[in-house]
Amino acid sequence: MAKVALQFFHNGREVAIFADAGTNLLTVLRENIGDVSPKFGCGQGGCGACTVIIDGEARLSCLTLAETISGASVTTVDGMKDGPALHPLQQAFMDHFAAQCGYCTPGMLMAAKALLDRNPTPTRDEIVEGISGNICRCTGYEPIINAIQSVSTSGAVKR
Amino acid sequence: MAKLRGRGIAAINYPIGMNLGGDPSQALVHSNPTGKFTVALSSIDLGQGMKSVTRQICAETLGVPVEDVYVDTADSDTGPHCMGSFASRGTHRVGNAVMVAAQEARAVMMEAAAEELEVNASDLVTDGKGNIHVKGAPHRSISTKDVAIAAQFKQGRTISGRGIFLVPLSAVNPETGEMSPATCYAHACLVAEVDVDDETGEVTMIRMDSAYELGRALNPKLVEQQLVGGAWMGLSHALFETPEPYYPEPIHGPRDFVEYLMPGPGDICPHDIAVLERPAADGPFGAKGPGEMCANPVLPAVANAIFNAVGVRVDDLPITPEKVLRGIRAQGGARPQTRR
Repeated sequence: MAKVALQFFHNGREVAIFADAGTNLLTVLRENIGDVSPKFGCGQGGCGACTVIIDGEARLSCLTLAETISGASVTTVDGMKDGPALHPLQQAFMDHFAAQCGYCTPGMLMAAKALLDRNPTPTRDEIVEGISGNICRCTGYEPIINAIQSVSTSGAVKR
Repeated sequence: MAKLRGRGIAAINYPIGMNLGGDPSQALVHSNPTGKFTVALSSIDLGQGMKSVTRQICAETLGVPVEDVYVDTADSDTGPHCMGSFASRGTHRVGNAVMVAAQEARAVMMEAAAEELEVNASDLVTDGKGNIHVKGAPHRSISTKDVAIAAQFKQGRTISGRGIFLVPLSAVNPETGEMSPATCYAHACLVAEVDVDDETGEVTMIRMDSAYELGRALNPKLVEQQLVGGAWMGLSHALFETPEPYYPEPIHGPRDFVEYLMPGPGDICPHDIAVLERPAADGPFGAKGPGEMCANPVLPAVANAIFNAVGVRVDDLPITPEKVLRGIRAQGGARPQTRR
């Protein structure tokens, strides 16, 4: 298969790789770069487990053609924490027991971060809307919503 | 056209574990030369907290900090046998097996410590912080790490323990069908309030109030988490989930997450939960386990609430808008029942 040259920013670090033409971003992140924090859930945009942030917008990496992100800035859960310090959202998810099996958690964190980055004080309804593309099969939405709300009202999100 | 409010209640008894060919689980506990302990299981933690709870049980039984225990699960090649994570049996069966294994390991650890301190093992106590000392004389002390090193390199002793917990097969009385499939039961009661739209048949959850009696809650936050999520799993069975939700032909059934209906973050409602603790005589530290029963009362409570709202009794799941609507039409309109 033909290879294409790809250059983009992964969690602030510039990467330049060759990927198979037609590969999706999720595969590039997990297999070419080795960042396995975005999860493969359904592979067709139905579950949100693969959500990453591209230039500030929450996007489904399984539906994003890798060739379309040239020059873009891609943020994953792997890039959320600052050294040993967890991102306030990660800390809130811990404090509120907002993960059970944990498979949806990276996607939830990405969706929540994208939301808070553009709207630091969302209402509960806006939070629900913000994570409405993400499925939690353990159906622990309530603690997840509570965790996001705690960060939004405490004003702890700076980045 | 109206939205009709209804309230339904359900109460359940839930047996912990099952009764096929007997219900055993095993655990192995051993210390490492660093004084940390490993629990080997083949039981699976699928997000419910098996690792956390067995870790707590092991640490408590050994008398060491929880940080000093590592639980290695879910490899049936390397772990001792377990029937599996189902029937709400994890905390009860596996927890008991871990407790037995930890008791045996603790006895060896105390013998090894006694040899180092030159005292009788029965005079020793653990402080739960990683030290073993003579009862009433905290200065005659040795750390569990030093005990582990001495056992390993000086005494030639393995600080380890084996545990099994078996609920034996209960025979069935051929005359009456009577048997004793479980050793303890958890209980729950749930009240569901719904709105039913008599024009579309749609059911909206308004609120849930529940009480769960599940023995001692070894990890209250994990219990709460299971009850919150499990109730919605139950609701999902009641109102959403089926491989063929709305059409008679399998070809119209859902093929993936996009088409398979599940509740999303916008479908949840307030849910107040009371946890009642009535310790089980044969549970590890009195625990039974929340498990499946956190989903069970939701289904009958919601079915009853729908009946209360529009007078339609739907007895096959899920209770889709189509079934509700057909029921309403068949009886010539909604028939709200008395609210009690």
